[in-house]
Amino acid sequence: MGNKQSLNSRSHNKCSCNGDDLELILGKYNNDPKRLMDVLIHIQTQCGCISDLAVKDIAEAFNMSKVDVVQTISFYHFLSQEPRGEYTVYLNDSAVAKMKGRDKIAQVFEKVAGTKFGSVSKDGKIGLFNTSCIGMNDQEPSAIINRRVFTNLTEVDVERIVKSMKEGLDVNDIKGRDPVPNILLKGPILKNEGNITDALKKAISISPDEVIEEVKQSKLRGRGGAGFPTALKWRTCRDTKSEKRYIFCNADEGEPGTFKDRVILTERPRLLFTGMTIAGYAVGSDEGILYLRFEYKFMEQYLENILSKMRKDGSLGKNILGKKGFNFDIRIQFGGGAYVCGEESALLESAEGKRGEPRDKPPYPVVKGYLQHPTVVNNVETLCCVARIIQKGVKWYCSVGTKDSTGSKLLSISGDCKRPGVYEIACGTTINDVNKMVGAEDVQAVQVGGPSGVCVAPIDFDHKLAYEDLATGGSIIIIGNKRDLLKDIVLNFTEFFLEESCGSCVPCRAMTNQYKKKLEKIIRGNGVAKDLEQMLSWEKVMKANRCGLGQTAANPITCSIRNFRELYESKLKTATDFVSEFDLEAAVQEYCKTANRIPNLGGDHE
Amino acid sequence: MSKAIVATTSLAGCFGCHMSLLDIDEKILDLIELVEFNKSPIDDIKTFTKECDIGIIEGGCCNSENVHILKEFRKNCKTLVVMGECAIMGGLPALRNNVVSISECLEEAYLNCVSVQANDEKIIPNDDELPLILDRVYPCHEIVKIDYFLPGCAPRADLIWNALVALITGNEMDLPYEVIKFD
Repeated sequence: MGNKQSLNSRSHNKCSCNGDDLELILGKYNNDPKRLMDVLIHIQTQCGCISDLAVKDIAEAFNMSKVDVVQTISFYHFLSQEPRGEYTVYLNDSAVAKMKGRDKIAQVFEKVAGTKFGSVSKDGKIGLFNTSCIGMNDQEPSAIINRRVFTNLTEVDVERIVKSMKEGLDVNDIKGRDPVPNILLKGPILKNEGNITDALKKAISISPDEVIEEVKQSKLRGRGGAGFPTALKWRTCRDTKSEKRYIFCNADEGEPGTFKDRVILTERPRLLFTGMTIAGYAVGSDEGILYLRFEYKFMEQYLENILSKMRKDGSLGKNILGKKGFNFDIRIQFGGGAYVCGEESALLESAEGKRGEPRDKPPYPVVKGYLQHPTVVNNVETLCCVARIIQKGVKWYCSVGTKDSTGSKLLSISGDCKRPGVYEIACGTTINDVNKMVGAEDVQAVQVGGPSGVCVAPIDFDHKLAYEDLATGGSIIIIGNKRDLLKDIVLNFTEFFLEESCGSCVPCRAMTNQYKKKLEKIIRGNGVAKDLEQMLSWEKVMKANRCGLGQTAANPITCSIRNFRELYESKLKTATDFVSEFDLEAAVQEYCKTANRIPNLGGDHE
Repeated sequence: MSKAIVATTSLAGCFGCHMSLLDIDEKILDLIELVEFNKSPIDDIKTFTKECDIGIIEGGCCNSENVHILKEFRKNCKTLVVMGECAIMGGLPALRNNVVSISECLEEAYLNCVSVQANDEKIIPNDDELPLILDRVYPCHEIVKIDYFLPGCAPRADLIWNALVALITGNEMDLPYEVIKFD
C-alpha cells in the first residue's frame, strides 16, 4: 500500500506539470474534462500544489475557463494553489483527537518543524495543516503525511518523524504506526464465511428483478445513516429509461467518528466489490465507481490489486463468470477532502470534476445522477449487506436485528472507553449494552451518528440503535464524565460544520457562525436564558438548507440543549435578560493607535 | 389617551429609514394625533427632555458617539426598536468588517489612495472633537438590549407604521406578506 513516489527531486515552489508532462497526465484520464478531479489530485500529489501555470494549461486543454478550474481546487481541503511543502502533514483536529491529546502533538510538530499550523516551513520542506476527522478515531492522535497515515502519535514519534523528514527520507521509509483494523466484534457481514464469488454466481443465476426482490424481502435500508430502502432505490433506477446507468459506492466516510468503512475496505474489499457488481446486474449497469475519500489514498494500490485479481478470475469485466452480456467494471474515484461530498448529489458533482455542492432535488440521482444518467449511490456497508443477503439468503439475514431494522450494523466506537474499534452488532442493541461491550464507565453522554446525530444523555441509554429508534451511520463517540461537554464536544462539532459548509445556502453559511458565537458566549459565562430559546428557534431556518449537512448543522447545539438543559442553564446569568460583551475601550484601540489619539471616552467608558 | 412619546435617531445609517418613516403619505396626520416626538431629527430636538415610550434606531454603531447615543436611547426609552439592515446587522457600513482592518481602511482613505492630495504631513484625522472609530461596525443588539427588529433596506413605510400602531395600541401587528417581501 501507499504511493512510493518521492517528491524530493522537485522544487517546492514550482509546479512542473505543464507542457509534455501535463499532456501525459491528461491522456491518462482520456482528456476528459469530467475527470478534472483526477487530474487535479494527480498534479497535487506529484507537485505538492497546482500552480497558476498548470491551471492555465488545464483550462486550455479542457476548453474551460480558468475560474472553473480554480473553483474546483478551492473547494477541497487537499487541493491547493499554494505549495504545501515537500512533506505535508495533515493532523486530525476532531473532538476525539483532542480527547486523545492532539493539541500537545500539534505543539511538538510546530516546535520541531519550526513552523505554525496552516503554513509551510521557510525552506519549503514541511507544511503543517489541520484537517477534519480522517477516520482513525480509534487510533488518535493521527496524521496523514504525504498520503500515508501515522497513528497513535506520541511526542517522541513526532520528533523522530520530523527528523526523518528533514533528512529527506521517503515517507514510506519513516518509522511509524500504520492503521490497524481493530475489529472487536464480528457479525454476519464481517465473519469471513464461504466463498463470496458464490454470491455473484447465485445472483446471475436468477433474473435482475428477482435480485431486487430478494433485497426487498430482506428490508435492507441504507447503512450510511439516512436509511432509505435499498431495493426501492434500485427499482427506481432500473425503471428509469436510459442507455447507461451507474453504480456508485459512497466511501466518503466523513462523519467524524466513523471508520467502519475504512475497515471494510481493507479487510473485506471483495465483499464490497461483489456487492457493487450484484447491484450493477440488478439495475442494468456496466460501470461502478468507488468514490473514495482522499484521506484513504493510502489504500489505493491495495484496492487496485484486488480489482485486477477480480478481473483476472472473471468476477469483473466482460461476460462475468460466463454470463453472456453481463459486463461490469469498477474504477476508483478519489475525492479531494470535503465532508459534504458524502451527500449523494454532492458526491456526483464532485465525481464530475466540479465543486461538491449538493444539487437541488428532485430529480434524485436514481433518475438523473452521474452525467445525468440514472445512478444508484449506496454506502459501503449497504453493498456488503447485499452480497451477504444474496450469498446466504433473506431468511438468514433477517434472523438478526429487529422487525423494522433487519440485519446487523457496523459501529465505529471511539472516545472514552477501554476498547475502541469496530463492532458489528445486531440492530436493536441498546446504548447500555454498547457501553458494557466497549468498557465505558462514568459516561456523561454518547454521541450517536456523529455531529449530525444525537447527543444521548444517560437517562436515554436504554434506547436502541435501530432505524425506528436511534438511527446511526455508525459513529458512536463515548464522552466521559470528566469532559467539558460544551467546550470539548459541542463547540468542536459546531466548528466542524462551520468549516465544512459548502456556502451555497445562506442559513448554513451564516447561521453556523452565529451559533458558534452564541455558544462561546455561553461557555464564557455570559449567556442568558434568551440565548437558548433563540438557538432553538433558529432551527426552523436551518431546515431551509438544501442538504443534510446544512439541515443538521445546528444539531450539536440544539440536541445538547434539549438533552443537557441543566448543564446549559448552570452556565447562564439568571439575574439579567441581556448581557453585552461589547468592550468600547478595546474597540477603539486600533483606531487610536493608527490616528495617534488618546482615547477620551468620558462617560461612555463603563 | 395621552400621546405616546417617540424618539428617533440615525447612527451609522444613511437616513433612508427615516425617509421611509416619512413616506406614510397622509397618514402623517394620524401620526401626529398618535404620538409626540421627543429627541429626533424630525423635530430637531437634540437631547432627551423626558422619558420616552418608544425609541426607534436607524443604523449600526461605527464610532464611540453612536455607542453613546444608543446607550442614551436604552436609558431613556421603555421600548427600543431597530429599523433597517444597518441597525440589525451592520448593513452596508459593515462591509469593512470583512475586508480590511480599521487601520488599513484609514491608511487607504487618507494616505495611500491615488486620489489623496495635499496630505503631506500624513495625518489621519485625529481632532479631539471627532468620535473614536470602532474596530468594526456593530449591530445595535450586540451593544444594548433591543426589543423589536424591523427588517428592510429601507423597511417599507407600512411596516414602520403598522409596528408603531401595534406598539401604541397594544393590538397584534398587521403583518401582511407584502411589507416584508424584498424582491
